[in-house]
Amino acid sequence: MEPFRTLDGLVTLLDLPNVDTDQIIPKQFLKRIERTGFGQFLFYDWRFIDGTRPNPDFEMNADRYRGAKILVTRANFGCGSSREHAPWALLDYGFRCLIAPSFADIFYNNCFKNGILPIRLSEDRVEALFERVRATPGYRLTIDLEKKTITSGDGLAYGFEVDEFRRLCLLNGLDDIGLTLQHEEKIRRYEASHTAV
Amino acid sequence: MTPHTMFEKIWQAHVVHEEPGQPSLIYIDRHLIHEVTSPQAFDGLRLAGRRVRRPELTFATMDHNVPTTARSLPIEDATSALQMDTLSRNCKEFGITLFDLASPEQGIVHVIGPELGLTLPGATLVCGDSHTSTHGAFGALAFGIGTSEVEHVLATQCLLQERPKTFLIEVTGARPYGVEAKDIILSIIGRVGTEGGNGSVIEYAGDTIRGLSMEERMTVCNMSIEGGARAGMIAPDETTFAYLRGRPYTPKAFDAAVARWKTLPSDPGARFDRTLRIDARSLTPQVTWGTNPGQVVAIDSRVPNPAELSDPNARKSAERALDYMALRGGTPITEISIDRVFIGSCTNSRIEDLRRVARFVKGRRVSSRVYAMVVPGSQRIKQKAEAEGLDRIFKDAGFDWRESGCSMCLGMNPDTLKPGERCASTSNRNFEGRQGKGGRTHLVSPLMAAAAAVEGRFVDIRQYELKEN
Repeated sequence: MEPFRTLDGLVTLLDLPNVDTDQIIPKQFLKRIERTGFGQFLFYDWRFIDGTRPNPDFEMNADRYRGAKILVTRANFGCGSSREHAPWALLDYGFRCLIAPSFADIFYNNCFKNGILPIRLSEDRVEALFERVRATPGYRLTIDLEKKTITSGDGLAYGFEVDEFRRLCLLNGLDDIGLTLQHEEKIRRYEASHTAV
Repeated sequence: MTPHTMFEKIWQAHVVHEEPGQPSLIYIDRHLIHEVTSPQAFDGLRLAGRRVRRPELTFATMDHNVPTTARSLPIEDATSALQMDTLSRNCKEFGITLFDLASPEQGIVHVIGPELGLTLPGATLVCGDSHTSTHGAFGALAFGIGTSEVEHVLATQCLLQERPKTFLIEVTGARPYGVEAKDIILSIIGRVGTEGGNGSVIEYAGDTIRGLSMEERMTVCNMSIEGGARAGMIAPDETTFAYLRGRPYTPKAFDAAVARWKTLPSDPGARFDRTLRIDARSLTPQVTWGTNPGQVVAIDSRVPNPAELSDPNARKSAERALDYMALRGGTPITEISIDRVFIGSCTNSRIEDLRRVARFVKGRRVSSRVYAMVVPGSQRIKQKAEAEGLDRIFKDAGFDWRESGCSMCLGMNPDTLKPGERCASTSNRNFEGRQGKGGRTHLVSPLMAAAAAVEGRFVDIRQYELKEN
């Protein structure tokens, strides 16, 4: 997994609450057996008309948002299915950081396993970001995971909270399985003593 | 001694390693896999040169994109076929038991787990599917995981997990006629909202819950995730033990296991982080009107008017949902006509669901405007239903009787809605495009779906009580 330390990037918006993983990556694209190549199908039914032409009403499609690395969106992002294809699609499209008032549990977990940083901010702060991004074409944010800060050239400066263990894993690009296998001895002892259910 | 919740007891019994400031390492007793969320996990193992630590604790089936037409027909979709072949090859390479399309045990992963006795009280059970919460009906700690975690379990038989919060939902009182388990859980989601359970494990309790059959308990736990909770659970009792006795993968020393399982229920006075009480006598048959399962109302009410919603996010969400669903605020639910009926999914495709539907449709006909299908949850259920003659009743009434699988719950196989079609569905998600691009899904109980099939529109199932008595 690629480490995440600081990220400076263009910000784009998705102004809907309860965006489910069926919207992030529709089911017809879950039949691939690889982890890569899902970005072209991200938000497929919203991004495209008839699966071909970009939908001009989908905010993210505007030229000014091309190349965005940070997505600001509304509450309960990533609800529904556990499909890890959702973070794979977001990552493949170019997103490394998501900002919302809340995320669904399984999706939130899946992001960290793929080097994506999901940041929870209050509704007010998310609303302020929406306003600033819309008012300023080319609006960028700098995310510093070491200091846990979000800053921008216009003076915006927010702190954010993230679980310390997850932060260290992201900072160092650590592989969970490798970490767990360091406890091999404990796992073996547990297996020896655990009553089968 | 400090009283403990059932969740705390199971969690504590599975902690392998803990240190401050880190998630706990917990042991996983049962791991279920299917064709869609496992291929990349096996690739990861091969890439790192890792083996499956306990292949005898993982069980596989094919369900998400299997066709529900006759098994003798070839699989037309080459990418689906490749995904199924990949699962077969992976199971063979790593020594995992697979219930494939030819197996009499094949079915939806959350249907066959309990059916085969793989799901047991007090166990930790995971699967790369959010509806793994279903298995909590047996007093197991069961939750959905992503593919990276599937790989983690395959390699280590453990998972790193943050300890969730506990949420007690107590349902008490006698259920009125026509109010099914599905209506209980839809009412709960309507109340707590789609993210109300985030970060929590729900324990459902109270005399109404204790009075439910195992099939009904599974329906309730199944949709915990639609309220944001990764897991839902119900204390095991005589109903649970009677269901499990004699199933193939249950412990040989069954009575000794029962004695252990009896220590699982939450102790009197155990503390939960949050509690909600619901009076079952006030519940009504439910119908979703929007594009998430929290957008739900009683059958005898109307589609809400977004302008009357005070929360701006809820209003925006409702406006968008009504636009997608082609509905106007203020429309009585019983005036909404439908094109399709889907009876199936890990929520409502078990033998009891099929028996109830059959009892209702016997001697009735599916409306000429409606195409209705019944998709049994597993091959075992299909055989059982056919032995009881339920298939004849369905076919005589005009239903299509299919092979087992996830089918139109998520439309990965050819069973999908066409754009603009409206469906009364016993499944669990009414998201935009879930059952097919442009399709419009209304979630209901099996009885309500059966009545809608007959009338061609939503009807209050409680009316039939009056007619029939």
